[in-house]
Amino acid sequence: MTSRELILARVRRNQPAWRDLPTIPSFERSLADPWAAFGSALARMGGSVAVPPDGTALDAFVRFLHAGAKVICSAVPEVVGTRRIADVRHPAELDDVDVGVVRGAFGVAETGSVWLSEREFGVNALGFLAQHLVVLLDPRSIVADLHAAYRDPRFREARYAVLMTGPSATADIEGVLIRGAQGIRSFTVVPAAPA
Amino acid sequence: MMNRVDHAEASSKFIEAKDHADFHDKRLWDLRRKRDSESEALPEWETLRALASQIKEHTLTHLGDYLEEFERNATANGMVVHWARDAAEHNEIVHRILEAHGATILVKSKSMLTDECEMRPFLENRGVEIVETDLGERIQQLDDEPPSHIVVPAVHKLRGDVAEVFGRTLGTDPDNSDVPYLAESQRRHTRPTYLRAHAAMTGANFAIAETGTFVVCTNEGNADLGANLPPLHIASIGIEKLLPRIEHLGVFVRMLSRSALGSPITQITSHFRAPRPGTEMHVVLVDNGRSERLGMEDFWYSLKCIRCGACMNTCPVYRRSGGLSYGATYSGPIGVIIDPTFNLRKYSALPFASTLNGSCTSVCPVKIDIHEQIYKWREVIAQRHQLPMVKKEAMRVAGKVLASPKLYRAAVEAAAAGLEHLPRFLVYNPFNAWGRQREVPAAPAQTFRQWYVANRGGER
Amino acid sequence: MKVALFIPCYVDAFFPEVGIATLHLLERLGCEVDYPLDQTCCGQPMANSGCHDDARGAEALFAQNFAGYDRIVTPSGSCTHHVRDRMTSIEQTPEVQAVRRNVRELVEFLHDDLGVLHYPWASFPHKVGLHIGCSTLRALREAKASEIREPAFNKPARLLSAVKGLELVQPERPDECCGFGGTFSVFEEPVSAKMGRDKVEDHHRAGAQYIVSTDMSCVMHQQGCARRAGLPLRFLHIAQVLNGVSA
Repeated sequence: MTSRELILARVRRNQPAWRDLPTIPSFERSLADPWAAFGSALARMGGSVAVPPDGTALDAFVRFLHAGAKVICSAVPEVVGTRRIADVRHPAELDDVDVGVVRGAFGVAETGSVWLSEREFGVNALGFLAQHLVVLLDPRSIVADLHAAYRDPRFREARYAVLMTGPSATADIEGVLIRGAQGIRSFTVVPAAPA
Repeated sequence: MMNRVDHAEASSKFIEAKDHADFHDKRLWDLRRKRDSESEALPEWETLRALASQIKEHTLTHLGDYLEEFERNATANGMVVHWARDAAEHNEIVHRILEAHGATILVKSKSMLTDECEMRPFLENRGVEIVETDLGERIQQLDDEPPSHIVVPAVHKLRGDVAEVFGRTLGTDPDNSDVPYLAESQRRHTRPTYLRAHAAMTGANFAIAETGTFVVCTNEGNADLGANLPPLHIASIGIEKLLPRIEHLGVFVRMLSRSALGSPITQITSHFRAPRPGTEMHVVLVDNGRSERLGMEDFWYSLKCIRCGACMNTCPVYRRSGGLSYGATYSGPIGVIIDPTFNLRKYSALPFASTLNGSCTSVCPVKIDIHEQIYKWREVIAQRHQLPMVKKEAMRVAGKVLASPKLYRAAVEAAAAGLEHLPRFLVYNPFNAWGRQREVPAAPAQTFRQWYVANRGGER
Repeated sequence: MKVALFIPCYVDAFFPEVGIATLHLLERLGCEVDYPLDQTCCGQPMANSGCHDDARGAEALFAQNFAGYDRIVTPSGSCTHHVRDRMTSIEQTPEVQAVRRNVRELVEFLHDDLGVLHYPWASFPHKVGLHIGCSTLRALREAKASEIREPAFNKPARLLSAVKGLELVQPERPDECCGFGGTFSVFEEPVSAKMGRDKVEDHHRAGAQYIVSTDMSCVMHQQGCARRAGLPLRFLHIAQVLNGVSA
């Protein structure tokens, strides 16, 4: 008997009497200002929103936000940066990236999260090897909460989908909060409708 | 090791280190209060708890079907699914996968299951270099000590301890205990390892049957650095981690970090559905006693656990004794109810490291009846003759005295006749234990019954 | 209504004044109260240690002594919880089930059964830290526990609010366990003593002059810790305060 057969047999023999699956009620909430709610939730998690002044090109704005950056790797057409993600052959090449630029598919007001997948990253490691991440996000794409987020069909299509909520963080040493643990040190959302 | 874990003895030492003990208690109480703030902010909090509990109960009672559905979908997505009946097989499977790929450098993120299986020594003995990437786990690995808490593994250490460990093992300045310095040191030291690793291992918080997805919730970025760099990703998943559908994550992801750390969500919540093109993704589904526990009428609810640690944070005993005093991978209230299934004798004292106050049950996001199970384990332990002789005798004598009005009155009235110790039937070795750090109650002139008979009559 | 009084062993032995206050209070409120003379214990110490065989004798005696009463009132939340929810080592005859249904902790009886919210004879112009035992709180649900999200309520506090001059102070951890836990207090003495010490210091820092409790088992432990720590705290059962004790 294979382990698979053994485990399934043991599980089926021991399963207690059936319990029904509950229906998740609709926690419909209408937010007066989803974008503002998203912004405060994100701030609480250590991220920030940066609004480009009128007439500023996104490419210039990113350079302005990260003035000292040598390597800016962009996965979006609006920002040229110094390296295009399409040119990256192997994830380890991203080790020297100061700023990654991606577009989030949508945001979640409840938590301040942004949905990203291999399509948005180009190369997944961009979201973790870059020292800083700038995320373009359409303000109209904000959903109210995680229940709404998990109804999005893209969860069924993406190989790898992440809800990123601010920079990486840890409080493992004496409870002291460190923002910028091993992944990105800063997470900046820039409101921008898709090109 | 067959010796019974002596929680009381270990906790005595823990409490003696006053600065450490005070910090430990306050830090975890703070996490408990943060959880409270989150729950207060959600009017639907108790509804979510009920839903989470019901979803888990449904899933566990249909687990065979959901496991097969998960396997079908994960395989169709390009993952390789393995089944491990026990810890030994889990380790062998992982080793086989690594060996097939010539992988000798492994980065791994936090997984209690791999600790439970004692995977690290198994692989290290076979030439695999393993680097724990979670900061707390890394501290513990470098200090050759197990993690003490399932979410904050080094919560029992102060910054000076970490500075000493890193100084000894990473070459940092042992006198510099600045926390940002220490965290940055671990970041810089670990980063090259992600780039040269042959393989990455993660656990999984949830596995979704409907889509063949598994979910990893972290804050540091370590799991995703591992998963997205080397060409091989292995995920160890306990069979109880199954959930039926993606939509159920709405409930569980909302509950997990709020319960664990008092934050609405972890910084990074990753959903793995298929490998990156040109890479391999393996899932090892692990039983190791879970299917047996599923058949325990009084204890199968423990399988609902989502490993949030809220029970540890609220437990007044855990906060004052530390996870290491439980001598097991799983400590605190959840540990107390599952460890006896791994080794009844070794862990027979753990269900008594509790006041049955019930706070754990009240914070559990999936409504495990933890303190009720603790109570039931005590009966199992007594029935299987695993009580210490001292306690067994004391209870036998107490039972006899309290079943007889005459014997009881004799005992109580003797105590009340000016003797400065508790009635003998209450404890076997009364004076030494009670009186170590407490005054004993003064014995009054009359018992209530004596007063009643004297004032209201009725003596027979 | 036929009411019987159950006095737990440690109240009988060490705090008879609590039993006397309970009896006087019930009589003052118009109850005719029997005190079965052959009572001993509800079985909790043995059952909580897993020794259900050893609990059987005490449980059987309890059921026998208290059969036939409409209410069995006791100044102990933990005993009430045991009888109501866990007295299962004996055969569950209709009489036994009735006893288990009819047991009441004193505050439950006053608040829910009698509905008495005014205690005009009571006056206690002091700062009080209220201690509700964990069984009384979470099993008998006499107040909202801090872990649960629901509308606030607190039966013992509500009764105490009727006592002239009494000021309730708020410790930092209002419902953290004090660490008695029955035989836990002896077999896990280091943690138990630390928990007790922390509890009384918390009340002391909040300004409590008295700790008033629904549970003398907790009091026995906290009092011992407070005295060893040299803290000027005094301890009373809620029955004594509601009955009009002055200090």
